[in-house]
Amino acid sequence: MSAWSVTEPSARSKGIAAVLVILYTVITLLPLVWIIATGFKTGPDSISYPPKVIFQPSLEGYVNLFTDRTRATPEQLAAMPPPENFVDEIVQRRGEVITQPSKFGARFLNSVIIGFGSTFLSIFLGTLAAYAFSRFRVPLKDDLLFFILSTRMMPPIAVAIPIFLMFRQLGLSDTHLGMILLYTGVNISLAVWLLKGFIDEIPREYEEAALIDGYTRLQAFRKVVLPQAATGIASTAIFCLIFAWNEYAFAFLLTSGTAQTAPPFIPTIFGVGGKDWPAVAAGATLFLLPVMIFTILLRKHLLRGITFGAVRK
Amino acid sequence: MADTPIDRLARATPSSLARRVRGLSDRAIAWVFVTPTILLLLAINIFPLIWTVRLSFTNFAANKPNAEVKWVGLRNYTRILTDPDIWQTMQATAHFLFWTLLFQVVIGFSLAWLINRKFRGNDLLTTLIVLPMMLSPAVVGNFWTFLYEPQIGLFNYAVEFFTGIPASSFSMLGSVTLAPWSIVIADTWMWTPFVMLICLAGLRSIPDYIYEAAEVDRASKWRQFWTMTVPMVLPFLMLAVLFRGIENFKMFDLVVQLTGGGPGSTTLLTSIELKREAFEKWRTGYSSAYAIILFVTVFGLASIYVKALNKVKER
Repeated sequence: MSAWSVTEPSARSKGIAAVLVILYTVITLLPLVWIIATGFKTGPDSISYPPKVIFQPSLEGYVNLFTDRTRATPEQLAAMPPPENFVDEIVQRRGEVITQPSKFGARFLNSVIIGFGSTFLSIFLGTLAAYAFSRFRVPLKDDLLFFILSTRMMPPIAVAIPIFLMFRQLGLSDTHLGMILLYTGVNISLAVWLLKGFIDEIPREYEEAALIDGYTRLQAFRKVVLPQAATGIASTAIFCLIFAWNEYAFAFLLTSGTAQTAPPFIPTIFGVGGKDWPAVAAGATLFLLPVMIFTILLRKHLLRGITFGAVRK
Repeated sequence: MADTPIDRLARATPSSLARRVRGLSDRAIAWVFVTPTILLLLAINIFPLIWTVRLSFTNFAANKPNAEVKWVGLRNYTRILTDPDIWQTMQATAHFLFWTLLFQVVIGFSLAWLINRKFRGNDLLTTLIVLPMMLSPAVVGNFWTFLYEPQIGLFNYAVEFFTGIPASSFSMLGSVTLAPWSIVIADTWMWTPFVMLICLAGLRSIPDYIYEAAEVDRASKWRQFWTMTVPMVLPFLMLAVLFRGIENFKMFDLVVQLTGGGPGSTTLLTSIELKREAFEKWRTGYSSAYAIILFVTVFGLASIYVKALNKVKER
């Protein structure tokens, strides 16, 4: 674009725009920075007035997050060996003893298993269905796609009632398999919709050439279509993963122990006499940080994916 | 008809019958590929929906599975529609919907418009702005209750810092008048980036030559904005409003963590009310009818809206 272009904004208008956008960015990131900072505060520092911006960082929140503790009697404390590591030191300094590891690790692992399990299944089934919708004449195709999308208008709680009853009947309540199937069922409509768009963009001529070369349909699908759709598949996978990772309503209503994921668990972290905010913040940080890093690293595919549906239809 | 080399090759190769012998027919592949997805959708989406409809005509209670289930006809529906508390819930939902949509559209569009000045580093800033909407609403909502704490909360402190109103003199989540706004603020913080991204896609879809032509015609910037930019972004903006509207109508996770519907029932959105009826009072039949009413409402409103949207697109 030449320097004389009439559509290029002037340097001044660019400057003003940049300042305003930076201002908004700082304000909007403040709560997130605060979560991360609170995770490294001690209990008293986290609830001081005015809010502490500069503080002595501490791992107390993280220690509390991963352990269950009780108050120790003076005799117990006196009998205790000198602290061997920083965990013992933090706990002993407050006159407490660790009774057992907390449930956070298991809940986090559940999030990982259910998140990746349902993403894999959504993508596997979704890619097959999207290919069929894109390339073959499937009866009622248009109605089906519309129907798939309209199921998303149902409030999750409304679906949760019969699912709750169904899972109870089938013995799927509070199981990993149940949650994986459920999240796949919720995700697959969007996955098929997005993937069909990506596969539509691959010219049919490629496959036709492969068929002429003697490939079967399945071979052509595997060796020609899949590699071409890899980017689309990857960005759809990220969406499915983020949905399953963040989902709360179903997890809250349908899981209570074995298969409970982190989102319903983190708000239930309490300390002695109230919310243990540093521990909550530590849990939130560990849970949110992977998504933040993911978003920044994969921004090109993600941002395109969000607007994809809007731009296409 | 053009006779391309591909056409000639196609005729020279064995017919589809020969291919069928070596592998599955296209028809068979289509069915094999689509069936698992259809089955899953039937199991997770359609079957539950039918079951909900059936339950909505009964007095079934999920915590008493052995009790006798009676067919009660339309009684659940008439009870819901004549209950004054329902209208209070609808009012809370309408307040939440109206203000979140308004703020998100105004702020989201303005941000997109500013970012579209294409200053250096706009990519990175866009990514950072998008962060809140990628995160778990329940976990973030839970933390917002900490920000809203009177005295020690960052939000209250910021209000004191800028306006001089003492931080401990008001409680965003505890006050009947402020609580509805506390959920609007948190939701706006979280979802404005979504509206922004869609507006940005709209702005970027406007070709430069249109503005060049307008410059040649000596149209003022102001006029260009209202007669070209706004009408061309409008379909995108309307779509963003549709998505956000549907999502916020069924809003549960963020608000249940922030206020749980309280104080009183000032922030009792429809989904939270539904959860209370279904999973705390265990009135399964009644709440199924409620769910159906909500679904029909969203579906009806969305259909009318989509018609309007298509009219705007055609212009």
